[in-house]
Amino acid sequence: MKSRKAELLVGIFVALTIAAGLMLALNVANQSMSGSEDTYVLYAKFDNIGGLKVRSAVKVGGVTVGRVDKITLNSSDFTPLVTMSILSEFNQFPETSSVSILTSGLLGEQYIGFRPGFSIDGIENLAQGDYIEDTKSALILEDLIGQFLFSSNDG
Amino acid sequence: MNWFISIGANTLNRLEMFGRATIMLFGAIIAKPQPLKLIPLTIKQIHVVGVQSLLIVVVSGLFIGMVMALQGYTILVSYGAEGSLGPMVALSLLRELGPVVTALLFAGRAGSALTAEIGLMKATEQLSSLEMMAVDPLRRIIAPRLWAGIISMPMLALIFSAVGILGGHLVGVDWLGVDSGSYWSIMQSTVDWNKDVVNGIIKTIVFAFVITWIAIFKGYDSTPTSEGISKATTETVVFSSLAVLGLDFILTALMFGIE
Repeated sequence: MKSRKAELLVGIFVALTIAAGLMLALNVANQSMSGSEDTYVLYAKFDNIGGLKVRSAVKVGGVTVGRVDKITLNSSDFTPLVTMSILSEFNQFPETSSVSILTSGLLGEQYIGFRPGFSIDGIENLAQGDYIEDTKSALILEDLIGQFLFSSNDG
Repeated sequence: MNWFISIGANTLNRLEMFGRATIMLFGAIIAKPQPLKLIPLTIKQIHVVGVQSLLIVVVSGLFIGMVMALQGYTILVSYGAEGSLGPMVALSLLRELGPVVTALLFAGRAGSALTAEIGLMKATEQLSSLEMMAVDPLRRIIAPRLWAGIISMPMLALIFSAVGILGGHLVGVDWLGVDSGSYWSIMQSTVDWNKDVVNGIIKTIVFAFVITWIAIFKGYDSTPTSEGISKATTETVVFSSLAVLGLDFILTALMFGIE
């Protein structure tokens, strides 16, 4: 009986290790989407996405409303296409909304700033699979510095 | 003249000890293994060495993860880079703290117990009576403990790292308000399975081997008196901690230092 108890506890120990290993493999090293919340998908084309990553946040005025699902390169015009999944409870955004890629803090990670547009009659809400037309690319610090150097040389 | 004699005697003693330790290791592991008898004994020892160390490892992992998240947050937040909290906690746990702290805890919790147990067996002449009964103590007593230590410590370290990362999540995300998505997502894009996780596991296997070897040899080689056992137990903890810290530097330099 004593030995069976030891075997049981060793079994639990092994199971715990496997659970820890799985957690490290899937959650920490790289992982597939694991949210069970209700979402809908929006697309946006950018000229340059800077340091945006999959699973970056999509925020409206600082409140996280969704996540970046997928980042691909559009094969026809070579622009980055960002797929976002937005929580279904936020489904009242008008079609005139715009998205831009922003940086949190000076050195922080990048996220998508979602700015809801005006809504008057005849403007529908964004729904599953829509493209957001009005997009602003990420600010590339090196480009800005380049422009600044040019303009100061001229002056 | 005396000075040279003492150096020479010391060196010879150490070499002799190393030789005895190696002979013990070969006798226990390589000479005629009997897996059918070994496996049940090893499972019993994994229970003693591994399962009973689980509590201290889980608790210290949780608290170390929580403290790292707290300390990291106060520094990172002043640069607006608190999103990097996840990779900071995960990388330091997987690469360094997981293997090293688990090894130190393991040396204190399990290594000392192994030394004391085997030392007392020797002092009460249980080992000699086993030999009298034509049972090889190296195979019956030493080998299962050695395997149990080598098997269970990497498992403990893996649990330590996982619990530590969850502890960091507890403090960083649930308490201090770092975004949960960026905690995991930046961690995932930074942590590499082969480079970070597997190298950490290799480290723990090396540490496990060294600690268990030292612990068992110190017990097996102890002077069979109460003083001798207490000295052997102290030496186990001191030697294996120093060996772990020294080896850690070498392994880190080999694995992460030169790209």
